[in-house]
Amino acid sequence: MIGLPHFLVLAGVLFSIAVAGIFLNRKNLIVLLMCIELMLLAVNFNFVAFSRFFGDLDGQIFVFFILTVAAAESAIGLAILVVLFRERRGIDVESLNRLRG
Amino acid sequence: MTAVSTSYLHDLTLSLPEVFLLGATLVVLFVDLFISQAHRQLTYLLSLLTLVGTVVLLVAVPEGRHVGFAGMYVTDGFARLIKLMTAGTVAAAFLYSRDYLIKRGLFKGEYFVLALFATLGIFVMASAGNLLTMYLGIELLALSQYALVAFDRDSPIAAESAMKYFVLGAIASGVLLYGISIIYGVTGTFDLSMLAQRLDAHALTQVGLLFGLAFVMAGVAFKFGAVPFHMWIPDVYHGAPTPVTLFLGAAPKLAYFALSFRVLAEGLGSMAGAWQGMLMVLAVLSIAVGNVVAVSQTNLKRMLAYSTISNVGFILLGFLTATPFGYRAALLYTITYVLMALGSFAMIILLSRKGFEADRIDDFKGLAQRSPWFAWMMLFFMVGTAGVPPFAGFFAKLYVIQALVEVGFTWLAVVAVLFSVVGAFYYLRVVKAMFFDAPADDAPIGGAFSFKVLLSLNGLAVLALGLFNTPLVELVAKALR
Repeated sequence: MIGLPHFLVLAGVLFSIAVAGIFLNRKNLIVLLMCIELMLLAVNFNFVAFSRFFGDLDGQIFVFFILTVAAAESAIGLAILVVLFRERRGIDVESLNRLRG
Repeated sequence: MTAVSTSYLHDLTLSLPEVFLLGATLVVLFVDLFISQAHRQLTYLLSLLTLVGTVVLLVAVPEGRHVGFAGMYVTDGFARLIKLMTAGTVAAAFLYSRDYLIKRGLFKGEYFVLALFATLGIFVMASAGNLLTMYLGIELLALSQYALVAFDRDSPIAAESAMKYFVLGAIASGVLLYGISIIYGVTGTFDLSMLAQRLDAHALTQVGLLFGLAFVMAGVAFKFGAVPFHMWIPDVYHGAPTPVTLFLGAAPKLAYFALSFRVLAEGLGSMAGAWQGMLMVLAVLSIAVGNVVAVSQTNLKRMLAYSTISNVGFILLGFLTATPFGYRAALLYTITYVLMALGSFAMIILLSRKGFEADRIDDFKGLAQRSPWFAWMMLFFMVGTAGVPPFAGFFAKLYVIQALVEVGFTWLAVVAVLFSVVGAFYYLRVVKAMFFDAPADDAPIGGAFSFKVLLSLNGLAVLALGLFNTPLVELVAKALR
């Protein structure tokens, strides 16, 4: 029988993979955006699992809002990426090194 | 919950300032599409009118605490004060930014529309009665800010700082949401007043809640820019166009205060014992790192960024006492800081001209000879932020320290004072450059008449609120009764 703890562990693992991906990835900014997306989806897993096991709809409604905001967030992230690419001719994480101090 | 309204019309009446702000911003957005660059002033004027209209509606909202939209929306004295201050700050930011933007070909509708959407985000955060509303407010503010930082598309550093801000900001939102999901999992509610009811004295012993709280705290600390979640602040302040830095450095601080007040003090108030310890670490680290690293900066925008970090530490110090007096001291500190930050960044705009950014401390050399009046204004801002009497910053710091001593955190007060002394060094270095060094260039000081008047008023306000601080203290006391 799959219970609440299983969902929570899965969400926790997904969340950790996302965080690790952000900090280990030194190459590509697109991968970074994917990690951010994975992070939000892991959180959604939590909300839906709790909502289902409580029989309370609020958590699922929250998920709809997160999905919408995540879409807007990706749009802005990609827009900034395009501006950056126009400027640097590349999207390497390594190239983000002009601001120091 | 007080007076849950059943009528939708009543809810709309309560939230009229937000409804108007949203509608008017959409009108500005739409009008801006159809006018030529020569008539761009219209966008600017409409944006200012929007803020004026919002303030008028804010004043008309009935006093006292009212709850609307089934507990999603709360309006009270605190929300009203935050919103009025925000509207005023944003209007000042618009006035300060106009000439700078015109001279650099950045006078576009985007700046005003994005700033107005960010303002709406702050309003939603100030009035959030539910974690969902709070999240939407945070994101509306954050997304507008990311776009604002990247808004100068030809700048070599703006895009980089926007990308850093975006990535770290998105992580912070994710972490905050994870914390919210755990708290929901333990308590089964998103409603902040319901949350306060369900959490009782046993809350501190529940591991799940503490786990969720730690994530929420990390999110809040990131938004504020408290050490160790401060990495984005210097890069973003440095990389963004100065009017955007001015905007980011001022109004959002009020929003983040509202975030911590609504979520930590109102919602998770009974867990104060747990978040006090976390805030203590964040506050002490912020004051220490902010003040020490600021000493080695040569770029004024970066120096002010580290100064922000140390000031955030002070705000958190006032907040962590978890007493009504402490909250008041922290809110007073936030408002005072916002006033001084506005002025400091406006000074950079004043000295900049086409093709030249006065963002190094060296650019302020000999300002006393070029323009004695504005050298004194800059002195007010610098010395005021350092916390020298009789300026506003001194009393703000004094109240925070008083609040700390009152609850027995004397050692924290001592640490705060010691690092403030370190901090005084770099503020005074700017003063030294202005008054005792020879001018590096002697170009005349530009700036429109309205700009100079506003900047002078801003500087005099820093002095006046120090000499006569009773009105502000009473205002804050009334808001946080």
